[in-house]
Amino acid sequence: MKILVGYKRVVDYNVRIQVKPDGTGVVTDGVKLSANPFDDIALEEALRLREKGVAEEVIVVGIGPADLTAHLRNGLAMGANRAIHVQTADAVSPLTAARTFLKLIEKEQPGLVILGKQAIDDDANQTGQMLAALWDRPQATFASKVEIADGKATVTREVDAGLETIEADLPAVITTDLRLNEPRFIKLPDIMKAKAKPIDVIELGSLGIDAADHIKTTHYAAPAKRTKGVMVKDAAELVAALKQKGLL
Amino acid sequence: MSERETMEYDLVVVGAGPAGLAFAMRTKQLNPEVTVCVIEKASTIGAQILSGAVIETAPLDRLLPDWRSNPPPVSVPVTKDEFWLLRDHASGTKLPVNPPQMNNHGNVIVSLGALCAWLAPQAEALGVDVFPGYAASEALFDEAGAVNGVRIGDMGVARDGTHKPGYTEGIDIRAKVTVLAEGCRGHISKSLIKHFDLDKDSDPQTYGIGIKELWQLPPGRGEAGKVVHTAGWPLANDTYGGSFLYHLDKDRVAVGFVVGLDYPDPNFSPFEAFQQFKHHPNVKGLLEGGTILSAGARAIIEGGFQSLPKVEMPGAILIGDSAGLVNVPKIKGTHQAIASGMLAAEHLVASTLNPAGWDAKLRASAVMSELKKVRNIRPGFNKGLWFGLINAAWETVTGGRSPWTMKNHADWSSLGKLGQYETPTKDYVDRTLAPRDRLASVYYAATEHDEDQPVHLKVADTSICIDRCTTEYGNPCEKFCPAGVYEIVQDDAGKRLQINSANCVHCKTCDIKDPYQIITWVTPEGGSGPNYQNL
Repeated sequence: MKILVGYKRVVDYNVRIQVKPDGTGVVTDGVKLSANPFDDIALEEALRLREKGVAEEVIVVGIGPADLTAHLRNGLAMGANRAIHVQTADAVSPLTAARTFLKLIEKEQPGLVILGKQAIDDDANQTGQMLAALWDRPQATFASKVEIADGKATVTREVDAGLETIEADLPAVITTDLRLNEPRFIKLPDIMKAKAKPIDVIELGSLGIDAADHIKTTHYAAPAKRTKGVMVKDAAELVAALKQKGLL
Repeated sequence: MSERETMEYDLVVVGAGPAGLAFAMRTKQLNPEVTVCVIEKASTIGAQILSGAVIETAPLDRLLPDWRSNPPPVSVPVTKDEFWLLRDHASGTKLPVNPPQMNNHGNVIVSLGALCAWLAPQAEALGVDVFPGYAASEALFDEAGAVNGVRIGDMGVARDGTHKPGYTEGIDIRAKVTVLAEGCRGHISKSLIKHFDLDKDSDPQTYGIGIKELWQLPPGRGEAGKVVHTAGWPLANDTYGGSFLYHLDKDRVAVGFVVGLDYPDPNFSPFEAFQQFKHHPNVKGLLEGGTILSAGARAIIEGGFQSLPKVEMPGAILIGDSAGLVNVPKIKGTHQAIASGMLAAEHLVASTLNPAGWDAKLRASAVMSELKKVRNIRPGFNKGLWFGLINAAWETVTGGRSPWTMKNHADWSSLGKLGQYETPTKDYVDRTLAPRDRLASVYYAATEHDEDQPVHLKVADTSICIDRCTTEYGNPCEKFCPAGVYEIVQDDAGKRLQINSANCVHCKTCDIKDPYQIITWVTPEGGSGPNYQNL
């Protein structure tokens, strides 16, 4: 079985996000970029399934500009067998990403697609669900445990009420939640080995999909600053202050 | 336990700063057959380097003659130089003449972090393997006692030393020559200087601490290319230091403060002095209404000529600030770092990778003659600001040809004891500009350490902190650390030292200034630490 893993590059979670002064986006110059943490978890899960003998090949997929190669090499260093780089200079919406994956699925015929439940840059949480619908295959989202046997995936999902366990026929789409696993550290020799692994580069435009933007972003703005607190002397003053604000 | 995995290179470079990258690139330019790797503890190149930074470009011109057609992302030619003397919290004067070393005509304002991030891919294009996110934890030795590589720190170790599920043993990198380019007070350089007694013929090393913030000003307020330095307030006469204000493009300004770590006042806080400086009327109006983009701190090596240790040892060499090549009166070290890296590459390629002779080569070079010329300027300030300025003028006029060389003294020995040292009255003001305190500042450094890893600040004997230091010096660690790592807390068992190691920004001030020399800074898990943006 082949496993296809989505591997998006985002602004690192340690970076303090800054909105550009003109409101057209967030600052990415001189900013550390790294793998979407949920995608690292997706890749780790795929590698563990391969190590268990459930899968033979793990393919990481990235959609982005030419310099995405270094990022995909990290996925290969972590252990993926090969990478597919769908090249585009434009930002990609969840729907375009799902359509892109569908094209790659047609070509690669994977038994399983594992994606992060969401990317920490746009927090859309849509690509996995859209892909399952377009592909017309089962989806198991927010996975915190995955078992594969007899052509079925048994997936424990993190839902509001607790944990829910479902069974899905393969091929299927699984999206990962935080507690599924803890991604491994990359060992130095594996970085060297990754340099020899293949990366297929495909132009997004050559896939023949509708990549038009369906959603228009009007502007970006930083959250309003918290105003300075007021110290009150006693409870009576507090009550008076709350009343004045119309809160009591 | 199975044998550690090993990788072999001709040369392993510790630290992807300007010295290490220039060394690696020059080596490949001279002989592409030599295999070189550069390891870097920061998770991405440039994330843990901090400098002013106005640089002299001559060495860069030699390394990359064509660099101006593909300049680093932050690169603003200096257009204007000013030097202000701040008399007190309310007044300051612009000097009519700039000190000659402070003449920056032809120099360029850069972000050293961005410069390194820009150099690294060019090094890779030459065939250098650059590995960010891997910390060298110790030097390795062969049977004859020569250095033959470094060990990468283990990853996935819990605070108590046990192995977590993701535990990954660090590998050994073996090399014919290990090139230490860790920057100021690198912990492997420190241990090897001690191991081989490399500083037995030199003065003790001396240091400063630099704290820096990058500000985004309201539109139209920046004056791209303007460079301002100050001396005086809020520092007392017995404390060496000053500030810098460098106007970048896009209404960004780098503001920073440098203090010599030989300050005597145990209650002095470099962080607070910096924050006070920002509130001087000559400065405050510039920053008000702006926002901080990034902030951090780093020790600076200041000993210069008379403190330079022997820079070669069996199997290894020191370059850049691992050796200590900052020109203090110019407050510049990047050009010296690049020049020394290139010179070391030329030496090793010509000697077919033999470190012997590197010490003589460096001492005979322009890098050293530059340091010799200014050797008496920094120590002159040990006698106060005014003596320092007059002495600096003398040394400058005579081109450093004085027949004497002033001595350097270890910074940790300079602290006055409580009760014996009279703290000068400080006319500090109420602060309004961000950050509110050191924790707020650490937030702008975006520093991150997995809390569940061994504490990387090793305090040999914490009982000294309570039994002696509290009464003798009043726990200066709480004041000199710019990130609030050290805290004396009171709980049921009494007073004890708490080390908030996750806040650490890797400046190494504690390792230098602690008066009992019981703090040792070591590398945490690779990739941990500050994530500076364009510092």
